[in-house]
Amino acid sequence: MSIPRERIRNFCIIAHIDHGKSTLADRLLEYTDTIPAREMEAQVLDKMELERERGITIKAQAVRMIYHADDGQDYLLNLIDTPGHVDFTYEVSRSLAACEGALLVVDATQGIEAQTLANTYLALEHNLEIVPVINKIDLPSADPEETKREIEEIIGLSTKDAVLTSAKEGIGVKDVLEAVVRLIPPPKGSIDEPLRALIFDSFYDSYKGAVAFVRVMEGEIYPKKVIKMMSTGKTFEVTEVGVFKPDMVAIDSLKAGEVGYVVASIKNVTDTRVGDTITDAERPAEKPLPGYKKAVPVVFCGMYPAEGEDYENLKDALGKLQLNDASLFFEPETSAALGFGFRCGFLGLLHMDVVCERLEREYDLNLITTAPSVIYRVTKTNGDIIDVDNPTNFPHPTEIEHIEEPYVDASIMLPTEYVGAVMELCQDKRGTFKDMQYINQKRVILKYDMPLSEIIYDFFDQLKSRTRGYASLDYEISGYKKSDLVKLDILINGEAVDALSFIVHKSKAASRGRQMVEKLKEVIPRHLFEIPIQAAIGGKIIARETVSAMRKNVLAKCYGGDVTRKKKLLEKQKQGKKRMRQLGSVEVPQEAFMAVLKIE
Amino acid sequence: MKEISLYIHIPFCAKKCYYCDFNSYVAPELVPSYLEALKKEILLYRHIKQPIKTIYIGGGTPTVLTEKDLEALIDCVARHFHIKSGAEFTVEANPGTLTRRKLLALKTLGVNRLSLGLQAHQDRLLKALGRIHSAIEFEECLKKSREAGFDNINVDVIFGLPGQTVSDFIETLEYITAFLPEHISCYSLTIEKGTKFYEMREKGLLQLPSDEEEREMYHKAVEYLTHRGFIHYEISNFAVPGRMCRHNISCWKYEDYLGLGAGAHSFMQGRRFYNHPSPLDYIRSISQNMLPVENMEYLDIMEQRAEFCFLGLRLIEGLDKQDFKRRFGKDIHEVYGAAIQKLSSTGLVEEDGERIKLTPKGLDLANEVFVEFLP
Repeated sequence: MSIPRERIRNFCIIAHIDHGKSTLADRLLEYTDTIPAREMEAQVLDKMELERERGITIKAQAVRMIYHADDGQDYLLNLIDTPGHVDFTYEVSRSLAACEGALLVVDATQGIEAQTLANTYLALEHNLEIVPVINKIDLPSADPEETKREIEEIIGLSTKDAVLTSAKEGIGVKDVLEAVVRLIPPPKGSIDEPLRALIFDSFYDSYKGAVAFVRVMEGEIYPKKVIKMMSTGKTFEVTEVGVFKPDMVAIDSLKAGEVGYVVASIKNVTDTRVGDTITDAERPAEKPLPGYKKAVPVVFCGMYPAEGEDYENLKDALGKLQLNDASLFFEPETSAALGFGFRCGFLGLLHMDVVCERLEREYDLNLITTAPSVIYRVTKTNGDIIDVDNPTNFPHPTEIEHIEEPYVDASIMLPTEYVGAVMELCQDKRGTFKDMQYINQKRVILKYDMPLSEIIYDFFDQLKSRTRGYASLDYEISGYKKSDLVKLDILINGEAVDALSFIVHKSKAASRGRQMVEKLKEVIPRHLFEIPIQAAIGGKIIARETVSAMRKNVLAKCYGGDVTRKKKLLEKQKQGKKRMRQLGSVEVPQEAFMAVLKIE
Repeated sequence: MKEISLYIHIPFCAKKCYYCDFNSYVAPELVPSYLEALKKEILLYRHIKQPIKTIYIGGGTPTVLTEKDLEALIDCVARHFHIKSGAEFTVEANPGTLTRRKLLALKTLGVNRLSLGLQAHQDRLLKALGRIHSAIEFEECLKKSREAGFDNINVDVIFGLPGQTVSDFIETLEYITAFLPEHISCYSLTIEKGTKFYEMREKGLLQLPSDEEEREMYHKAVEYLTHRGFIHYEISNFAVPGRMCRHNISCWKYEDYLGLGAGAHSFMQGRRFYNHPSPLDYIRSISQNMLPVENMEYLDIMEQRAEFCFLGLRLIEGLDKQDFKRRFGKDIHEVYGAAIQKLSSTGLVEEDGERIKLTPKGLDLANEVFVEFLP
């Protein structure tokens, strides 16, 4: 069946977490019989178990649907799913670039959130036609009129064509499909031009190699064609093209305006970079499509296997994850305290959490991760400028001329009653107030200029707890600024523990150091001897606690000959010791290495 | 023929003490069927020919049983097992449950050792522990026991109690030694899951002495009792010469014992097994003519060596290196050389030509020593 370009619609869904994006996508697939309801695994678009649990979509996907519209014609709809988290802004922008329109899904009980706003602006920048969808209208607390007003006032978008839905109850699904057909324009671009196809995502398949998700802008792509990646100049021969229904189905060719996948015996996802342009190697396009950026990790941490013998397994697992995630960076590193491990780089904290959890869950690895760090730019007294993403590599204070750290433009959307609490938090996190806009009488947007390092130290958790979960955050790296930073070292029993060092602003060094040694005192068990725990800056001790020597560990009684139970207790003690890290003569539990994150 | 010890469990109490996680229940209605089951279990083991060198009836509170019940039970034991003449025969008793008649009955039945639970002298502490007796009742009970002719009496005390001070504990020691008992067990309070104390501690309602104070109590006990002529022979046990508890010593010396009754543990020929802890399960199982065994563990040689060591090290005299070699055919240093070396260097154990034993510091940190012997 061939459907002309005039009847193709490429669109995506913009929504905040929990506003119902996945449920709406499910209903669209059901309504168009792309997937029969009985085979519907709840929320098909979120493939990974982890994503489903967290209610977020990490990897974009595209599904092809055929919709028989009220005008009697069949339309080909491509729904492109987008990630919904701040760490993945760039990936979102590439998905948007593959579409002509977007459904803006807003929860009628919650209103617009910071993330939605950011992505909507992004969509407007890409000249997308935006169709507001007011969801969850079945709930008693829904206020569709107020939600419409917010959309008009904040985004400046007419809500004349807004669709009211309850994706959960299946209300308004057909109206959404009709709106897509009626309001979103068909793709432009000629099949006769040289090939240009935008890669908006990719994944690794163990049989096919790297599979690129593409939107063909101009020209046509089909098997046997030799293609060229415009960012690297590498060429590959196409072996298969196809579409997602939502399973992969091979077709003869993908033409201008269409969305699908390309397989070309590509061994590595680093060769199918998001945002790159695929062209015809024999008849290349003059210019690539605009907007390509290489994904750069901004948050780093050390990752070590809790059991040394798992080093190779960790290496394999990271390698496998990287096959599907070109933005994951890792290289071997060693720590005096933790042994052999890896320095890993991520797009943000969520990305880091997701990777850690997948390693533990899918690869059954027990990990010790060190506190996350940003990349500091250190200018040395001899004029050298170095980038440091690991506190261990920080130069000695006497060699440092000055230090710069990355800053972000942070937008926080929140109910007015929490403004005071959040401003206090931002202040405390070294933020500089820039602006405050009232969305309506109840909600505001706060804009702050803030160090990224403060955001990665439990800013998000604090924000949530201070606003009872009602605030949302969006941020974008704005650049580097000079900062008065110091490296804080932790000494256990007189020995500096490299894995516990961290970088902190001078004004906070004393309190952080004190909290850190207090926390460590709680988690380090008593030993046969006294253990001093100290915090130091450049050799000068600024805080100290002592874990006093163990006085007692003896079972008084042998319960009526119950030796088995006694033995079990001893075995438990022995297992506990095994899970500890030996630092000199001190056994340190794994949680100690995350202690820095647990302090306020 | 190798001699064995016999343990009989009576899982009933008049009231459950707040610290107690022993296998005991307030369920008087179960007593008749339980005793029937116990007698049947005795029959199931009557093929055992080894002489019984010690008997220990523990609980719970064995003395919640009537004279008649105690008599029937002990008769049954005597009929079906070969009890060695001169065997040590202990019954645990709670001061609140002993009458003159019961004491005389026990004496007539051949019981020659009583173990009385006092726990603390101060009535406020007794009340806080959930005990059913006062110090005065204990005194009367002790007096009656002497009159009934018992000349081998143990008194249990617990230290490290909530609200207990070091001087409270010294006062308790002074108080009991005045009655000249032959044996004193001083147990350090352990808060066990499932007890009322555990719940209270979780809620922050238990004011326990610090480890430092608790150890001071223990050190005072060792000093005080030794000074009064008691021999400190096991981590928690003290006795006048010749009155050490032979039953418990056989367990620490890794000798065989048979345990009967709900939840009772046995150690026979390198196997450990234990009965269903629930009296109902136990009764049901026996009524279906099945051994009421819940679980059995065959110990491999590594485990046997470990157990031999950590049980033997509980004795103050320590473990006998020759005995180890005799049992396992290897020099102890060949198996545990590194561990012993490490423990000696940290001052937790010491050894001479014949024995390895805990140092005073090792007594406080015995578990740190024991784990080193686990396979």
